Amino acid sequence: MVPDALNLTNVHTFYGDSHILHGVSFTLPSGNVLALLGRNGAGKTTCISTIIGFLKPRQGEIRLFGKRIEGFPPERISHLGIGLVPQGRRVFPSLSVRENLVVAERRRRSTARPWTVERVYDLFPRLSERHAQFAGTLSGGEQQMLAIGRALMGNPSVLLLDEPSEGLAPQIVAEVGRTLGRLKEQGQSIVLVEQNRKLALEFADSAVILNTGRCVFAGSTLELLEDERIIEQNLGVYHGH
Amino acid sequence: MQFWIIQGLNSLSLGGLLFLLSSGFSLIFGLMRLANLTHGAFFMLGTYFAAVALRSFEGLNIWITALGVGVTVAAMGGLFERLVLRRLRANPLGQVLVTLGMSFIISDACLMMWGGDSIPVPTPRNLQAPTRLFGFVFPTYRLVLVGCAIAAAVVLYLLLERTRLGAMIRAGVDDSQMARAVGIRVSNLFTMVFALGAGIAGAAGVLGGPILSAYPGLDADMLPLALIVVILGGIGSLPGAFVGSFIIGTIYTFGTALFPELAYIILFLPMIFVIAFRPQGLFGRVIA
Ligand SMILES: Nc1ncnc2c1ncn2[C@@H]1O[C@H](COP(=O)(O)OP(=O)(O)OP(=O)(O)O)[C@@H](O)[C@H]1O
Ligand SMILES: [Mg+2]
Repeated sequence: MVPDALNLTNVHTFYGDSHILHGVSFTLPSGNVLALLGRNGAGKTTCISTIIGFLKPRQGEIRLFGKRIEGFPPERISHLGIGLVPQGRRVFPSLSVRENLVVAERRRRSTARPWTVERVYDLFPRLSERHAQFAGTLSGGEQQMLAIGRALMGNPSVLLLDEPSEGLAPQIVAEVGRTLGRLKEQGQSIVLVEQNRKLALEFADSAVILNTGRCVFAGSTLELLEDERIIEQNLGVYHGH
Repeated sequence: MQFWIIQGLNSLSLGGLLFLLSSGFSLIFGLMRLANLTHGAFFMLGTYFAAVALRSFEGLNIWITALGVGVTVAAMGGLFERLVLRRLRANPLGQVLVTLGMSFIISDACLMMWGGDSIPVPTPRNLQAPTRLFGFVFPTYRLVLVGCAIAAAVVLYLLLERTRLGAMIRAGVDDSQMARAVGIRVSNLFTMVFALGAGIAGAAGVLGGPILSAYPGLDADMLPLALIVVILGGIGSLPGAFVGSFIIGTIYTFGTALFPELAYIILFLPMIFVIAFRPQGLFGRVIA
């Protein structure tokens, strides 16, 4: 039996004394895309930060292909094969586009066709045109492409994307969408956090909905689309917010 | 005229020493967000080591001494970072206190070992004869010292701006958490940069020896100057440290020569304006 790419079991995370994640569990089978949804403040970024090792869970297990990784430092988790495209992009502003990619390059024996700077440039020709420019001077869309390319340079077996369409113009969102489609075709396992439900559910095989740090739905995308009530209660416009 | 020329060269040579001292201080602060108050003590340690080595071994070359002392002080700095500072990573105030305490320990140890009198460091024999240029007489050693500082600046610049290691250090300065998430072992970079900074400070102490001599309090004289350079030039910026060093070297040299009672006022007053109107310094970026 092939172990799942990523598996969270009963994960509890705190910020100081405030209990943010209350026993989150979900499973990402290898090669799948999982949409992690929920309103503002639901705990999506907290969940991603826990997986990548920015936050240590107080309880629970996180497994990458069966191997426990919870509580490891982020660089170790990165070496083990998780790539992060963080909310707000967080490219290194004083590094050139090329340097942003080069510092993240990591060879992995298991990858048949490793990502290289050239391959990222093929995926995003705009980055190639701007290769010597400081990343801090790029447009929001270009920074998003760079953040995705940077994460790919680590040849991750699981890619975490936290709201990659946030604050981008519609045609850039479409380009991000096309990229996600291509990565999925290539068999990349992905956890996709999105407020843009349409974009997320277009690619996702399965979905998890968080509400105030608890999983209120976990199932296939089709099941979710049939359940108007769950969507309305947890993702619909929340009055009084 | 000779006064201005000589003081000008003195400014440059002090500026060169300040650059060697403050470049490391600035890099350490930029990457680790740590004001390393031991930095002046590393410099002084270099000067004392040079005084001892060059006076005990007739004919020992000062450049080799600088290299050896640089490596020794770098190793001490690396150990200090690994064994002590690393444990206090979550406690910035504790780190500052520890670096201050360490500087006191080093200066007391120097006092105990070498006493309260100043110990001159011999100028290399082949550089003792003055150099005549355009009808003026220059102390040769100071000219060479300025050349050394410029060469060090070029090497450091290439290391930081043209290598993958340098890019990783800059990534850590920009966003150390994100740097870790892309697999950069930032804590190893911390040790490396701290050791490098300490080593350059130690080597600078050796090279500054013939001008300054080794004396108790040398550390406390140098550290504030490095601090001012970094504030003026911009934290974490190598070009900032370079330009800042020569500006401060000039202000300090002419200040002490022309208005000796006011030297520190001339030095610190402009800093108040820098902090008020351009807190990020000449070359610094605004730190979020
Ligand atoms: N650094 C922090 N310290 C304390 N509480 C925090 C911190 N960051 C987030 N929180 C709290 O944790 C909860 C979850 O926040 P999180 O950022 O994970 O939400 P999110 O689902 O990613 O929201 P968004 O869609 O706005 O990005 C919120 O109530 C938030 O106020
Ligand atoms: Mg978020």
